[in-house]
Order: sequence, then C-alpha cells, then structure tokens
Amino acid sequence: MTEVRSSMAGTVFMISVEPGYVVQPGDVVVVLESMKMEIPIEAIEGGTVTEVRVQPGEVVQEDDVLLVLK
Amino acid sequence: MMFSRILVANRGEIACRIIRACQALGIETVAVFSEADNGAPHVAMADDAYLVGPPPANQSYLNVDRIIEVAHRSGAQAVHPGYGFLAENAGFARRCRDEGLTFIGPPAETIAAMGQKIEARRLMSAAGVPVVPGSNSAMPEDADPLPLVELLGFPVLVKASGGGGGIGMRIVSTPEQLAVAVRNTRALAQRSFGHPSVYVERLIERPRHVEVQVFADAQGNVVHLFERECSVQRRYQKVIEEAPSPAVDVHLREALTAAAVHAIKAVGYVNAGTVECLLSGRSEFYFLEMNTRLQVEHAITEAITGIDIVQAQIKIAAGELLPWSQDEIHATGHAVECRVYAEDPNTFLPSPGRITAYREPSAPGVRVDSGTAEGSEMTVFYDPLIAKVITWGEDRCQAIDRMAQALQEFAIEGVKTNIPLHLRVLRDPRFGAGDYDTGIVARLGHSLG
Repeated sequence: MTEVRSSMAGTVFMISVEPGYVVQPGDVVVVLESMKMEIPIEAIEGGTVTEVRVQPGEVVQEDDVLLVLK
Repeated sequence: MMFSRILVANRGEIACRIIRACQALGIETVAVFSEADNGAPHVAMADDAYLVGPPPANQSYLNVDRIIEVAHRSGAQAVHPGYGFLAENAGFARRCRDEGLTFIGPPAETIAAMGQKIEARRLMSAAGVPVVPGSNSAMPEDADPLPLVELLGFPVLVKASGGGGGIGMRIVSTPEQLAVAVRNTRALAQRSFGHPSVYVERLIERPRHVEVQVFADAQGNVVHLFERECSVQRRYQKVIEEAPSPAVDVHLREALTAAAVHAIKAVGYVNAGTVECLLSGRSEFYFLEMNTRLQVEHAITEAITGIDIVQAQIKIAAGELLPWSQDEIHATGHAVECRVYAEDPNTFLPSPGRITAYREPSAPGVRVDSGTAEGSEMTVFYDPLIAKVITWGEDRCQAIDRMAQALQEFAIEGVKTNIPLHLRVLRDPRFGAGDYDTGIVARLGHSLG
C-alpha cells in the first residue's frame, strides 16, 4: 500500500482518478491550486487506486494523504 | 457627479493602490476582506471595512451578493474591482448597473465581448487590426480540424475561447496530436469556463509580448499612453515589465498605438483598457487579447507619463471627459517593474507562510506598491504577489541599475521570494541589450542547471 501525499498546502482543484483506476509512476492524479497556481501531484509509484481521501474544493496541508494505492 | 464613497472590491496591493487614488481625490473608501485578511493593510487604510466571508475567494472576494449588499449598506456609489477577482466579470458589472452602482470599468457588454476570445478576434479583424492567423469561429464539434490547421501550418496553439493568462491553451506540433488536444481543451473549457468553444491559432515562436495602454471616455474620445514590454514571463504570467519597449522603434510605435486606438474605437470602449499584442521576430504585430481592466503593471506607464491611471479611471467613470488630448501625453525616461512573488526562484512553486520581517527599499526613482507588512500571511487562497517594485530612470540603464539596487535592499523573511530570479534576469547580457523574448526565463533557468 502506498499513499500519495500533498507536496504543499493548497486547495484540491481536480482529481483525475477514482477507486479502481490503475496508475503508472509519474501520472498526474490530483491537481492542487495554491496561490492561483495549478500544482500537479504525480503518483511516485504505480498501482490501483483503493481510496480517494479528498474532494475538489477541500483545503489540504503539506504532506496530507490525498489517495491510497495498492 | 464625482463620487463621495467608493467600495474597493479587491485585496492586497491593488486595493491599497486604489484607496490612495481615492484619498487623493477626497473620496472615502470602503474595503472588503475575507477572514484570512482581517487586519490587512488595505483594511487599515480604508475609511470603512466589511467582512465578506471565509478565506476561499469564491466565498468572499467573488461573493457578488455579499459585496453588493455591503456597497448599499456602506453608502458607496461606485465599485472599483481592481484586477483579477470580479474585474472582468460581465455579470458583476451588469449587476452593479442594475443596482444603481457605478462599475469603474467598461460597460458589461464590452467586458463580455472581449472575454470571449473568438468574438474579440472577430471584432478586431473586422476593424482591420491584424490578428494571429487562425480560425475565425469556434471549431465545429464534429468536423475534422486538420484541413484548417494544415493551411495554418504546424505548430499551432489550441485555445479555449473563454480562457486567458495561459489557461486552456495547448501547443500542437504534429497532426497526430491534434484531435486529442482539441478534445481535451474542449473538456477543460467546459469545466473551467462553462463553455466548450475552442479555436486554433498559428504558434508565433519566440514572440515578444507588447501591450498598449488605452483610455476612452463616454463621449468617444480615445488616447493611448504608449506601450509596455511584458516578455519576461513564467508559466505565461508576467514577472518583469518595462516601458517603453526596447523592441519598438518610432515607426512600429506609431503603427501599434494607431491600431490599438482604432481597435477600442471599433468596440465603443470606455475607461482604461489594454490591447495586448504579440510581436514576431520580424517586427510584425498581432492582436492577442484585450484586457478590460486596470493592469498589474499600470505603474510603469504612470512612471513615464506622470499620469495617475487610477484617478483617471475614477474621473471617467464619474462621467468626466478625458483630462488630456493625445498631444498632451508625453513619455519621459524609462521604467521597469518587478513583481515580487512568494515563490521559489528556481522551481516557481508557491511559498506560502508568514512574513516575519519586511523592509521596503526607498531611493530616488523607486516606488513600491504593496499590500504586505511584517506579520502578513501569504496564504494559499490568493495570488503570491508580495509587492511590485517600480523604478524610473532617465534611460533604461539607470532604471535597471536602480531596480537591481532596490531589490538587493528589499528585506523579506519568512517566505521564499523570486528576487534572485529578478536579479538573474536584470544581470543577463541579453536582457541588458533589450534583446529578449518570452523564452528568457526558461533560458536563464536552464543555464543555471
């Protein structure tokens, strides 16, 4: 199980996956908006999405878990 | 009749800038603020201030109902939107008019027409202003885009009609990428701008970005306040601007400003606006878009002309005629603006946090427009602009030297800033020679490894 974490504080702008999606390392899984800038969050490892822990519009802090991969 | 009270529907440095202009005209000001901006400089400067909602902009600075309510409650007769937030929101401008408030800017219909880039291209083209070669209408949903694009020649830009500032824009270099890019841009346009219209333009490679400041009154008088050079950009966002442009000679200036004046006459424009153009390597210029608001970089035009653009906006909104004829507007010397952002100078990633120490530079020819103070929080909710430093010199060289000196004296602690990037650009020999284009930041980034 691996967790995809937020690289910085921001608001969740877009989530490009749902539980069951298979992602490759480097895929953009979430886009955050911080200080009017879009910050793509990539999966470092590949896997199947088992859980999405955030919703669009939610404010996240640095290092918060955004989603879980298996 | 001149207003006695104006609501400033913005925050940060531009709210402070507008409040200063109002104070100079003897007009009282009403600030609005979110929970994140309690006690911010713009709140302290205004005569009156109202909380409009929680930190996210869509619940506060974009909350039209609440802002209109505050305008009525506070007795304001006019609203200045600044830039960003509601500044180019035609619905807000219309709502102000319906509520008996003066929106300090152009009519709602002009904002709406210029906000749709396809419509803006069509209007400009019809007025004889050169536009970047491309589609003259929205790409039909089910037709193959390839024949048109082959006529233009690759690479092309696929753009969302409702977009701007680099959002909703894709470069396509080969026929194979085209269909997917059109489909993705359409989806993004629908999601972000509520309208799926896309169009294509030939990609002008290594362009310079030059814009003309224009002004019009309700009687149809129009003037220009010369051009600004805005090619130092990162992520399609301006970082350094200067006026005049080192790429524009007397003949080009004449053609460029005449086209801009012609363009705003053609659309029946009122108040301050900016005609943005791309300049190709061969000094051909093309209309890019029209910004129907005060620009972030308006202060460099103020520095070379001595004109207070915000005061003029307010006077024109109050129904006055343009205070100057074209012959009375002169440019003297050279001005540079650096936007100091809370961001990493190498990765350009935002750097939110609390400003623990803050000391602005001060010297002859140096102006700092800021909405920041020691203890200010740079939050994730708003843009990362800490301050704008504007320097003026008798010539370009003096303006640049004064800027480098001022930035080295600017003490900001608690967040990372892009001052090192500014200094890198200011010391670059090609920037020094005025020989640069929109690729300059990427090039300097690479040369540093």
